[in-house]
Amino acid sequence: MSASELQDFDIELQLLIDAIYLKYHYDFRGYAQASLRRRMRAALLRFNCSSLSQLQDRVLREPAMLTAMMDFLTVQVSDMFRDPAYYQALRRHVVPMLRTYPSLKIWIAGCSTGEEAYSMAILLREEGLLDRTLIYATDINGQALQKAEAGIYDLDRIAGFTENHRRSGGSSSLSDYYMAAYGRAVFDKSLRRNIVFSDHSLATDSVFAEVQLVSCRNVLIYFNRSLQDRAIGLFRDALCRKGFLGIGAKESLRFSDHSNDFVDVDREYRLYQKKDRAGDGL
Amino acid sequence: MNRYESLEGRIDAVVIGASAGGIEALTQLLPQLPASSKLTVLVVLHVPRDRPSLLVDIFRPRCRLHVAESQDKDPIQPGTVYFAPPDYHLMVDIGPQIALSADELVNFSRPSIDVLFESAADLYQRRVLGIVLSGGNHDGAAGLQAIVRAGGLAVVQSPDQAAVDIMPRAAIAAGSVDYVLPLDQIAELLAAL
Repeated sequence: MSASELQDFDIELQLLIDAIYLKYHYDFRGYAQASLRRRMRAALLRFNCSSLSQLQDRVLREPAMLTAMMDFLTVQVSDMFRDPAYYQALRRHVVPMLRTYPSLKIWIAGCSTGEEAYSMAILLREEGLLDRTLIYATDINGQALQKAEAGIYDLDRIAGFTENHRRSGGSSSLSDYYMAAYGRAVFDKSLRRNIVFSDHSLATDSVFAEVQLVSCRNVLIYFNRSLQDRAIGLFRDALCRKGFLGIGAKESLRFSDHSNDFVDVDREYRLYQKKDRAGDGL
Repeated sequence: MNRYESLEGRIDAVVIGASAGGIEALTQLLPQLPASSKLTVLVVLHVPRDRPSLLVDIFRPRCRLHVAESQDKDPIQPGTVYFAPPDYHLMVDIGPQIALSADELVNFSRPSIDVLFESAADLYQRRVLGIVLSGGNHDGAAGLQAIVRAGGLAVVQSPDQAAVDIMPRAAIAAGSVDYVLPLDQIAELLAAL
């Protein structure tokens, strides 16, 4: 795009985001610009619109368009046991601490279609902790949450999941947890008994529980710094004393206002622990 | 005097895309950048998605510019070479700062050259120069045209010289480019910026 085309595009993008917020109360105003531009260009092609103003007109007048647009506004790319070394680090640093609690709550923030929630449930089953754990898996994309709830994934993804699981230090076989049928893998309902999938926005909602572990990976990269700060503040407030926070391999708390509330547990795999007296102003 | 003299001071950022045969090409190109260069250099090289990348370790001792890993939201510095990490798209965003994304694969790739080039075209407009090097797919062709439309400069490694010529040929076929050059002349051009 030329400079003037880009200027128009950005004006229309801001108006579209404001319109979605005003009409539907989904707040994308703190989303990082570069990635949002890219996904809105894809949306223009998908919905055959020549400009974002035209797209905005449809989003305002056809509520079904919002549902369709959610797949462009949010990112639903995930794998089971993505970054196996992260799960190894959880087993090494976090699981021993989790064992000391009689009951556990874990928050998977931005769970999308559920891959990370099921990975966590399998890890906890292997470690003998699932029965005493409640996993809150939250996202703003209702359709993604429905898929997560169903726990059904294409069979052609299972080889990759299996390899990741093996490299994560898994002590069981991934095939123990799903049934293959008609090109799909249906994950065991007993895993889901301990998972609550729920609508929650890191941009507009508040803390809903006290948890021992928050895992929020490759979500913060889509936020600008002030929205990142809001989200990290929620995680801090949700975590119990000395609770753990895991974020994505290329994300960092360095630029956050709340970085002083956490200490590094595993620098390479982005595991942090809430300080004893974080956030109480002392 | 240098034939690229007229370009001096025009470019802030150089974005480079490479795939098969790319390490060798980058090994010839990046060490030639003078320590005095104020350029920001951003590189997407297709690497395996499931392994840590050794690119920073390979290039840091060979380059006179600082070589950095790309972390999300890192402020972008002049005189620095940034490599895309495995399994993330590398973009540039207002700041300027690094923006990573875990979006879908583009051209079967993550990182994708097109993704970097399109974001660089948005951010730097006519002050970006894009280079497509050796490779065996079509990634980078569309991104280079985005740079051209934004008024930036487009450079392609001479297909005859590239270890794998599919990517340079695709970039040339996609539309007009400013220069088709062998590596030593691309190095000369970069040194003149």
